[in-house]
Order: sequence, then structure tokens, then C-alpha cells
Amino acid sequence: MSTMATTHRPFRSATAEPLSVRWLLIGFTFAFLIVFLLLPLIVVFVQAFAGGIKAYFAALADPDSLSAIWLTLKTAAIAVLLNTLFGVAAAWLVAKFEFRGKDFLITLIDLPFSVSPVISGMVFVLIFGAQTWLGGWLIDHDIRIIFAQTGLVLATVFVTFPFVARELIPLMQAQGSDEEYAALSLGASGWQTFWLVTLPNIRWGLLYGILLCNARAMGEFGAVSVVSGKIRGASNTMPLHVEVLYQDNKMVAAFAVASLLALLALLTLGLKTFLEWRHGDELAALRGR
Amino acid sequence: MQISIRQLSKSYGSVAALNAIDLDIASGELLALLGPSGSGKTTLLRAIAGLEPINGGRIQFGDIDATELSVQERRVGFVFQHYALFKHMSVLDNITFGLRVRKRKYRPAREEIRRRGEELLKLVQLGGLEARYPNQLSGGQRQRVALARALAIEPRVLLLDEPFGALDAKVRKELRVWLRQLHDETGYTTVFVTHDQEEALELADRVVVMNAGSIEQVDTPEAILRRPATRFVAEFVERDAAGHYTAAHPPHPRTVHERVAHAVRVG
Repeated sequence: MSTMATTHRPFRSATAEPLSVRWLLIGFTFAFLIVFLLLPLIVVFVQAFAGGIKAYFAALADPDSLSAIWLTLKTAAIAVLLNTLFGVAAAWLVAKFEFRGKDFLITLIDLPFSVSPVISGMVFVLIFGAQTWLGGWLIDHDIRIIFAQTGLVLATVFVTFPFVARELIPLMQAQGSDEEYAALSLGASGWQTFWLVTLPNIRWGLLYGILLCNARAMGEFGAVSVVSGKIRGASNTMPLHVEVLYQDNKMVAAFAVASLLALLALLTLGLKTFLEWRHGDELAALRGR
Repeated sequence: MQISIRQLSKSYGSVAALNAIDLDIASGELLALLGPSGSGKTTLLRAIAGLEPINGGRIQFGDIDATELSVQERRVGFVFQHYALFKHMSVLDNITFGLRVRKRKYRPAREEIRRRGEELLKLVQLGGLEARYPNQLSGGQRQRVALARALAIEPRVLLLDEPFGALDAKVRKELRVWLRQLHDETGYTTVFVTHDQEEALELADRVVVMNAGSIEQVDTPEAILRRPATRFVAEFVERDAAGHYTAAHPPHPRTVHERVAHAVRVG
């Protein structure tokens, strides 16, 4: 700082607000975060442990709860796997090729975000339900979709479809195709090019998309509740099971299962934060800033 | 490797990018494709490499008809304008990529691959930098890595797209001299694209002047300066009183791709 400046009042950056305003804004933000985010989270865990640790684990060990946990994990695993494949394929198509109807395809990929999840569930019931022609035929051939895991997976896949694709499209568009062309000109096959060049270039973005997809898949309620039929121990996922327990007034059990869901969400958030911290530059660079 | 091109045509919808191009490139020659943006020079280069599908004509590499060959089968060393180095691989891994992806029976042993990689690094004067990553290199260094990577597959022909376009003036001059030396040492048939008259005329054995998808003249630099075949060539390579080349035709801002995009939007 020059000697001129020191004779004047202390230097203040052009973007800095007075101290009082800063504290007010920070205080307000914190209050908001505490009331809307932290408090509910604390309530979930306090309620879950209201009957003691024994009651907590007893509630989780209940066969219906275990079945719900297992079903959620299975459904999410299948849905995430499918959407990873679909997402990579769709992003690759959109980012690396020019074709008629591309904008329409991008809109279609976004559709699940704009449709209410309940409607998404209804659509599957309307297609595969027992009263429809297709549904009747399926039941005649002993293939169960609605009120069964297949339906849950279908609904979850639909609702979580955009996550991986949305994450990858801008990233792959920003990267262009030159590295792929270079690999091909050096003699690599299409398959080698994908595994050795394309995939490594999108790996962190892909992982990020998978995490977001997984979080939503496990927490999905609306679409799943329509197709599930909420058969305890058979077609109830964790979010649905929480609702059932809550309606039965089994508070400790309801919150115990809810706390497990919250824990899964926190784990996802932790992983996501770690990714951003560890590979933040790369993620930002890949997104073309 | 001698290359002959016959009646090569390419169009994007109704926009013609290449009009029945005929061109013979002698073995071991250093040839420049010179022209303003949108003249089709890059399209021609990419067509030779097999990166750009063509609408008609034939491309011959020596005795081999390359027209129907895939990019991989053509075995051309292509250096991209922005190098297209693999960001997640070390310099050595970049250079040896073409050897490592070969089918097992054609692939050299691991130590042999490493030895060849280090040899190429020395050739492009980057010895000792094998463990670096592309983002740790300067522009000129990246250019050399891209060149070494293309040379690693012992290409039939070396194709360079605006090889000095992304470099500052000083590095550009140095690299130009160096590339000429490297060419004379290795003897690869080399074709490079440029919109810089000075670069083409000082570096190349022969210069192909292109305009609007057609070849205006193919000749030695002296002949092009002394006896320009068309008015376009004369204006494009004009020199001012001080002996500097003037940009009589400032590079057209639109490439063929952009013209097509524009036409599609308007139509």
C-alpha cells in the first residue's frame, strides 16, 4: 500500500459491506440454515433414539423394515446401473454427433424433471396395470410389474433418468471430439477409444452424476408410492415404509428408518463434498467454467 | 509414401467444401495447403486422414487404394490444431499410445515401447519430460509431444493442421525452423495446413493455394511469387515494399462448418 493511502482512512475493498450489514446477512443465513436444515435433521435422530438404542435397533431389525431397506438398496442399485448406461450413451450421442431432432431429445431427457413424480408413477400403472390390455396379458403370463419390484425399478429409472446425462452433456460438449479423433488416427478401435480416452475424461463428472442419481433413487417417494401398492415386507421401500410406520403411530420405528435414510443422504453428501474438494478444479475445468 | 488424389469432392448439404480436387504429393515432400479460412484446406487434410467422409473421388497411398480404408487402417500421423493430447496421460503414455493400442501380436514388448517413447522424446528435444502431464507443458512443448505421438506409429504420411496457429510469434519462428530440420532428418511425406503465406512460402517444398474448395495453383514458393497463376493467388501472396507479405485477403471469419450452420439457421 502506498504512503498516500495510509494518510487516508483505512483501505476498504470495493465489494466489502459495513461490518453491521455483513453480520446481519451472515446471521440471517445461519438462522435459516439451522431452522430449515439442521433442526429437522436433529429431530429425526432425537426421535429415532427416543426409546433408547435398543428400541432403535429393534425397530431396524423388524422383518418389514429389513425388507424395506433391502428392497431400497436393490432398486437403487439396478436403477443407478441402468441410468449410468443410459446416461453415458445419451450424453455421448448428444455431445459428439449432429443430427435432426437433437433439441427434442435433450428436452425428452429433461422430461422427468418437469413431470410430477406421482404422474410418472401413474403412467406406469396405466400402461402395465391389471385393467389394461398389456397388463392383463402380462398377468396371464405370470409377469408382475405393478405392485412388484419391476414396477419400482421402472418408476425409479424414469424419475432419476436425467441426473447422469445432465451432468455429462455439457462436460462432453466442452471437451469436443479431438482427443477421440486423435486416438482413432493412432490406430485405437472405437472400444479402446471409449475406455482409454472418453471414459477417463469424464470419470469425475460421471461419479458425481451417479451419486446424485443414487441419492434421488433411494429417497424417491411419489412415483414409487403409486406403483408399489405398499405391501409390507414385499413392495415397500424405505420412504414408503417410513410413511406406513408413521401412520401406524410407531414413532420410534418411523424415525429409526428415516434416520437411516438421512444417514445415506449424509454419506452421499460427504462423498460429493470429497469429490469436489479433491477434484474440484477438474470438475470445474471439465464443465468449461 | 507418394499420395495421389483424384476428383475428391465433399459437400455439406448444398455447400461445396471441396470441388473435384486433383493433387499429387511426392514421397518425402513437405507440402503446404495455403488459403483463407473456409477455403477447404483443413477439410482436404482431414479427408486424406480419413477423419472426414467424402462424397466422391479417390485417394491413393503409394500402391494402396486408401479411399475405403478406415482412419485406423490409413496409419496417418495427424497433429491437431490444438494438439488434442490426452490430458489424463503422462507425456510418455501419450507418445506410446499408438503402440500400446495395437493388437497383441503386433504390439512391441513393454520395455521396447518405453525405449521407443524415450527415443522419440529425444528426437523432439523433450528428453527427461516423460513423467509430465500435458497441462504442465508450454504450447511449443505440447506441439512437439503431439508430433512425437504421431511419429510413433511410423505413419505413411504426416498431416499437420495449423501446426503453429496456437503459438506466439517467437516460438512459431523457432518451431518452423526445427520442423523443417526434423522433416529433412526423418524424410516423412508431410502435409501441413496454414493461412499464413509467409509460413507456407518459407517452409514448404511446394505450396497448394486453395480458394472456395478449389485449387488455384500448385507450385514451388518461388514460382508462386514470380508467376501467380490467378488473380486470387497474386493478391493472396502479395508482398509490400519492405518485402513483408501482406494480408490482402484477411482470413475470412467463417469456416465451412459455420457457413453451413448459418445456412441451416437461415433456411
